[in-house]
Amino acid sequence: MISAKYKQAFTKGLIKENPVLRLVLGTCPTLAVTTAAINGIGMGAAATFVLVCSNVVISLLRKVIPDKVRLPAFIVIIAGFTTIVQMLVKAYLPAIDKALGIYLPLIVVNCIILGRAEAYASKNSVGLSALDGLGMGAGFTGALILMGGIRELLGNGTLFGLPHGAILAHPITIFVMPAGGFFVFGILIWLANQLSDRFEKDAARRDTSKNVCAACPSAAICHQGTAQSEEACAVGGAKGGQHK
Amino acid sequence: MNNTNLMAILIGSLLVNNFVLSQFLGICPFLGVSKKLNSAVGMSVAVIFVMMMSTAVTWPVYTYVLVPGGLEYLQTIVFILVIAALVQLVEIALKRFIPPLYKSLGIYLPLITTNCAVLGVTILNIDTGYGFGESLVNTFGAGLGFMLAMIMFAGVRERLESADIPAGLKGLPITLVAASLVSVSFIGFQGLFGL
Repeated sequence: MISAKYKQAFTKGLIKENPVLRLVLGTCPTLAVTTAAINGIGMGAAATFVLVCSNVVISLLRKVIPDKVRLPAFIVIIAGFTTIVQMLVKAYLPAIDKALGIYLPLIVVNCIILGRAEAYASKNSVGLSALDGLGMGAGFTGALILMGGIRELLGNGTLFGLPHGAILAHPITIFVMPAGGFFVFGILIWLANQLSDRFEKDAARRDTSKNVCAACPSAAICHQGTAQSEEACAVGGAKGGQHK
Repeated sequence: MNNTNLMAILIGSLLVNNFVLSQFLGICPFLGVSKKLNSAVGMSVAVIFVMMMSTAVTWPVYTYVLVPGGLEYLQTIVFILVIAALVQLVEIALKRFIPPLYKSLGIYLPLITTNCAVLGVTILNIDTGYGFGESLVNTFGAGLGFMLAMIMFAGVRERLESADIPAGLKGLPITLVAASLVSVSFIGFQGLFGL
């Protein structure tokens, strides 16, 4: 019973609640760094580290942090771990640091991390929160590698930097440009929707068309209420802010 | 610092390196709030406002406090705290002194703290090595670029709502595909002002 609960905390992030393809969180880094599969691994690993560490710390402090200042407190904790990751990557993996550029410090505003802190770590035990972070991080990394792989293969004709000229002798450069990022992401979300329709008929469908607010960083606050429309989401966010 | 230079920075961040469509900053509000023209404009104005204030504060803080103290590594923490504090202050000030403006912009303010475009532009200004004036111009261009993308998209999305497309593509997927097409058109700006 207990082990099933732990297993579920880890596995739900992989596919069923994949942060990128199902919850549509963390869109900015997803689109920006996936010009190559290797960048996906770098970004995914960095974000997973921050996610697991901040989930653990927030879960440990969940009874200490007053409810009113919880969001600023979460942000400070996340910023601390982001700085650590930034320094580590700069010191040991300068190539990855260059490829990720500004998106490395921007992990601090990655909606996935604040979202999990708010929705999960602040309510669950340390072990569960760590597993949740690990699962979500793995789902994030997997989606980034998938998208980076597709874009690299089609746009550069390579994979993980290895020449793959035999598959695509004339790569379609547009796929590594921003336009290709939007396009591949759109198609992947569509495929994820189709697949979940097929395999989770009984499960309530998470309709991304109605749930675009999941993409917004305050979704965790908004969706606590009965936010239905865009307006309601914005107003809900404002209310969440005022409660602070 | 001459005017052509500033103009180049402005056009650069507005069109050539549009924040949303070629740098992927601020995608979350772009997808979330661009459904209606009114909210798109409100959100954009609030973002420009907060961006300018944040730049005006973070640049001096970085240059005159962090650099002399050898504390550059604290950049991320300090910047996000400055932005979070600013957003709160702006909210309180607007509520107290300009209620009409608070009514129209207030609801967007809490959403802005974690908008990566705001933190992104302050970090980019430092990374590029812009001076104070250049930073402000760059920030303004970035904010306008965000607004441009939001407003353009509000129009596109109203049309998409009624378009006859496969059910699975409705909503987010088709919006992303449309964004990709608009992004293609922005490639046309490349090379403007030799950028």
